[in-house]
Amino acid sequence: MKELIVISGKGGTGKTSLVASFAALAGRAVLADCDVDAADLHLILDPKTWHRESFSGGKEARILVEECIACARCQAVCRFGAIRYDGPPSRTIAKTYRVEPIACEGCGVCVRFCPTDAIVFQPVVTGEWFVSETRHGAMVHARLRPGGENSGKLVTVVRTQARELAERDQCDLILVDGAPGIGCPVVASITGADMVLIVTEPTLSGLHDFERVHALVRHFGIPALLCVNKHDINPAISERIAATAERLGVRVVGTIPYDTAFTRAQLDGVSIVEYAGSSTADHVRRLWAAVARELGNGTAPEENV
Amino acid sequence: MSDPAVRPALVVAVASGKGGTGKTTVAVNLAVVAAARGLRVQLADCDVEEPNAQIFVKARIEETTPVALARPKLDAALCTGCGKCAAVCEFNAIACINGRVVIFDELCHGCGACWLICPENALTDEPRNVGVIESGSANGFRFIQGRVEIGEAAASPPIVRAVRASLGKSDLAIIDAPPGTTCPMVAAVNETGFVCLVTEPTPFGLHDLTIAVETVRELDVPMGVVINRADIGDDRVQRYCADERIPILGEIPHNLRIAQAYSRGDLIVEALPEFAPLFKGILARIERAAVR
Repeated sequence: MKELIVISGKGGTGKTSLVASFAALAGRAVLADCDVDAADLHLILDPKTWHRESFSGGKEARILVEECIACARCQAVCRFGAIRYDGPPSRTIAKTYRVEPIACEGCGVCVRFCPTDAIVFQPVVTGEWFVSETRHGAMVHARLRPGGENSGKLVTVVRTQARELAERDQCDLILVDGAPGIGCPVVASITGADMVLIVTEPTLSGLHDFERVHALVRHFGIPALLCVNKHDINPAISERIAATAERLGVRVVGTIPYDTAFTRAQLDGVSIVEYAGSSTADHVRRLWAAVARELGNGTAPEENV
Repeated sequence: MSDPAVRPALVVAVASGKGGTGKTTVAVNLAVVAAARGLRVQLADCDVEEPNAQIFVKARIEETTPVALARPKLDAALCTGCGKCAAVCEFNAIACINGRVVIFDELCHGCGACWLICPENALTDEPRNVGVIESGSANGFRFIQGRVEIGEAAASPPIVRAVRASLGKSDLAIIDAPPGTTCPMVAAVNETGFVCLVTEPTPFGLHDLTIAVETVRELDVPMGVVINRADIGDDRVQRYCADERIPILGEIPHNLRIAQAYSRGDLIVEALPEFAPLFKGILARIERAAVR
C-alpha cells in the first residue's frame, strides 16, 4: 500500500484541485482530506457520509467558583497567561479566578497544583471526522471547530482511518490532501508517508515557501516530487524554482499552465479532468502518470517486503 | 494586552480562512497607503510558518531576537525513572520506557508540568530557541516578522504572541495573520480592533470564509471582507456577506498585471498606482468600523 500526500508551503496553490483530479484518474484509491482547518475536497467530491464521530483535541481547565480560595497558585504556574483574576464572587470571597478558554492550552498544570481541588479538567470536543463514499472511492475527512485545538491530532485520526479503510477494502493507494504550512498539521500529514508531492507557484513567495516546506520534508526523510502550477504567470521564477529543485535533488514531475477552467470546474463541483473543454486537463493527466510512476518505484525495497 | 501608552492605537488583523487568497497583498498595501497618509504604522507578519510580507516590503532588518521557550532538560544522574513526568504530560512529549526518560521536544508546549512534578529535580526548565523575531524599517513604516524554526510544530502560537508583544506605540498596527482558523490564527486575531478577512468568490473561498467568520465571531472582534480576484467566480460570497451583515470593504479585480506584480514581489500600489484609491478606500472603511 502506498500513501501519497500532496502539500504546499501555503494554501491556494491548487493542492485540492489536483487531489480531486488524481482521485478521478487513479480509479481505485482511498481519499483523505488532512487540511482539517479548511477542508475543501468535499466541495468537489460531494461525499455521502455514512459514519461520523466527534473528536476531542484535548482537555480544558475550569475553575469551580465555590471551591476557589483565590490563592493565585494556578496563575503562578500557568505559562500561557490563561488564568484571570476577575472571576465571579463566591460565598466566601468577592472575586475568584477564572480560566480564559482561548488562552488555555489544556496542559493541566493548574489542575495539579490547586490546593483545594477547585479546578476540573475535562475533554472538550473540538471537531468531527467523517467516513464517506464519493464517486471516486471512499473518503475520510474532518472538520475542526472554529478556533479548535490540536489539528495535528485530528490529522493523525484522519490518516489512521484512511489506512484502516484501505486495508479493509484491499486498496493499494491512499491519496491525501495535506495541510499547508510547516506547523503541527502538516507534520502530522507527512510523517511516515511514502511520498509527498509539493505544489508551488512561480512567485517569489512560492519559491520561498517551497524551500521551507522542502526543508521540513527532508527533516522527516520523505521522498519529494515537485509540481509548478500556473507556471506561465512568471516563466523566469518558474525557471528559478526548477533550478532550486535540481539543487535540492527534487524531481519536477509536472508543470501546469494558468487556466481559469480550474475555477469554472470548481463552480460546477467537478475536478478539471472531469470538466469538458479544457486542454489543461491533459497536463494534469501527464502529471498524474509521472507521479504514479514515481510512486511505483519510489520506495526502498525493504518496505515492499 | 499591554500598557496603552506604548501600544498601537489601532490593531487591524488581516486574516483568511485559507492561504493563497491575497492576505499578504492586502496587508502590505494597506500599510503603504496608511504610511503615505502620514500615519505612524507598524506592519507585523505573524504568518510565522511562511512569512512572505518581507518579499514585498523589503525592509532593512535592524534587529534579530531569538524566541526562546522553556523546555525540559533531564539530568539523568538524578532521575530515578519514577515516570511521574511522563504521566503528567498532556502532550505525550515525555515517555518513560523501562525507567529511562525520553523527551520529544517537538511535541512539548513548555507548560512546566514535568519539571514542577519531578520529585528529584532531575528535570529543569531550560530555554531553547524555537524561532526568531526580526524587525526593521521599510519605506515609511516599522516592520516586524516572526519565523518559526522548521520542525517546531507547537511553537507557532507563542511566536505569534511574541511578535504582537513587540509592537510599540503607533497610530496603526497591521497584522498579517496566519491562514486557517486554528491556534496560530487565533493568537494573531484575538484582542484586535478589527479583522479584515480576505477571500475569493469561489466555492472554496466561500466555504473557508464561513469558518473564519465563525471564529472571528467567537473572538468578538468587528470584521469586514475584501474580495480578491473579484470577477473569477460567482456572487455567492456577496450574498453570504449581505445575509450575515458583514460589510464588504473592497473588491480587488482579477487582473494579470496584479498577479505578475505579485509574482515579482512588487507592491500593487507602487507598480500599479491606479489601484491605490482602492486600498485607501479599504483602509478608510476599516478605520470607521474598528474598535480602538
